Amino acid sequence: MDVDSSQGRMAVYMRDHQDKVVGRWTELVVTGLRGRSSAAEVRRELEALYSLVLRAMSGSDEHATGELRATLAELSRSRARNGFTPTETALGVFALKDAVSELVADAADLVPEYLVFARMIDDLGLHTFESYAAAREQIIADQAAAMLELSTPVIRLWEGIIAVPLVGTLDSARTQLAMEKLLETLVATGADHAVLDITGVPTVDTEVAQHLLKTVSAARLLGAECIISGIRPQVAHTIVSLGIEFGDIATKATLADALAHALARSGQRIEKAGPA
Amino acid sequence: MERVPIVKIGTTLFVSIQIDLQDESVMRLQEDLAEELVATGARGVLIDITAVEIVDSFIGRMLAMIGSISRLFDAETVLVGMRPAVAITLTELGLSLRGVRTALNAEKGLELLNGSA
Repeated sequence: MDVDSSQGRMAVYMRDHQDKVVGRWTELVVTGLRGRSSAAEVRRELEALYSLVLRAMSGSDEHATGELRATLAELSRSRARNGFTPTETALGVFALKDAVSELVADAADLVPEYLVFARMIDDLGLHTFESYAAAREQIIADQAAAMLELSTPVIRLWEGIIAVPLVGTLDSARTQLAMEKLLETLVATGADHAVLDITGVPTVDTEVAQHLLKTVSAARLLGAECIISGIRPQVAHTIVSLGIEFGDIATKATLADALAHALARSGQRIEKAGPA
Repeated sequence: MERVPIVKIGTTLFVSIQIDLQDESVMRLQEDLAEELVATGARGVLIDITAVEIVDSFIGRMLAMIGSISRLFDAETVLVGMRPAVAITLTELGLSLRGVRTALNAEKGLELLNGSA
């Protein structure tokens, strides 16, 4: 049987029963979304989709298929952003099949046409799901980038002393970024002491230690001395257990100790103001 | 081949590298510097690499070697003005330039030399 003509016959049939199908479709989708969208809103979306589906099926409009896919992709992207589950998103398409199948149950001569139609809906469903997954991936990538930017401020503590509070797990990408920022700030401010504060680093393993050592030796090449501060008791325990050697790098318990050390090294001193 | 000029100021030899370093020019610099150290009896060598954007492992090793050679003539070497990108490259190459002192800029490098002299 010719696929095009069967699609055409199905389209005519569906156009004749448009109100009934769209009504049932809306009902199914609204139930599936459990009240997250209003019936009127869903119906408006589905009516637009329905007319696109009919145009694509009738085969008279060559742009209709592309337009239908673009609309579906846009719809699933917005669903992904608004936190709908994959099932809820895919349901929007597959419910049309259910709605039509209920209708076709009365007309036995349309079964072959229905099968062709069902295959088309399956394709559209897959397309919807793919767009949904792509949108989610995009969201994750955006968030990772935002986190990377957030995580590495460089603070000027004192004349000639800067601090980098490291927060979160240190991986290669983040260390690289922190190192670059630290070195640039050293050059820009002319500071000769830098404090690497690891209070916010949950665990220090050999890899993290390696990253810290690299940062320190790069700073040394610029002529600046680094102090590592914020080593908590558990972290100190891990460092010793793993046999990590920080060599001649000064390590301090708190940022305050590190600042005092850096001040002493650069020949500065803070005194309490005497009575006025 | 381009040559890097060596300028004597007081008891310090001042070397400012303004060209893209080639292997031969670094080796030539090393020889020139050794001769100059013997001739002048300078106590310090200040190498300014502010303009150097690219280094490789050979040049990194040569810089470290210049430090060792100067030490034989009882002169201290200070490398100043290294760019962050260069520092990262050298670290990734595993060259920490032990034996060479470093400073952020020429002024601080001179302070370092005069302080130790």
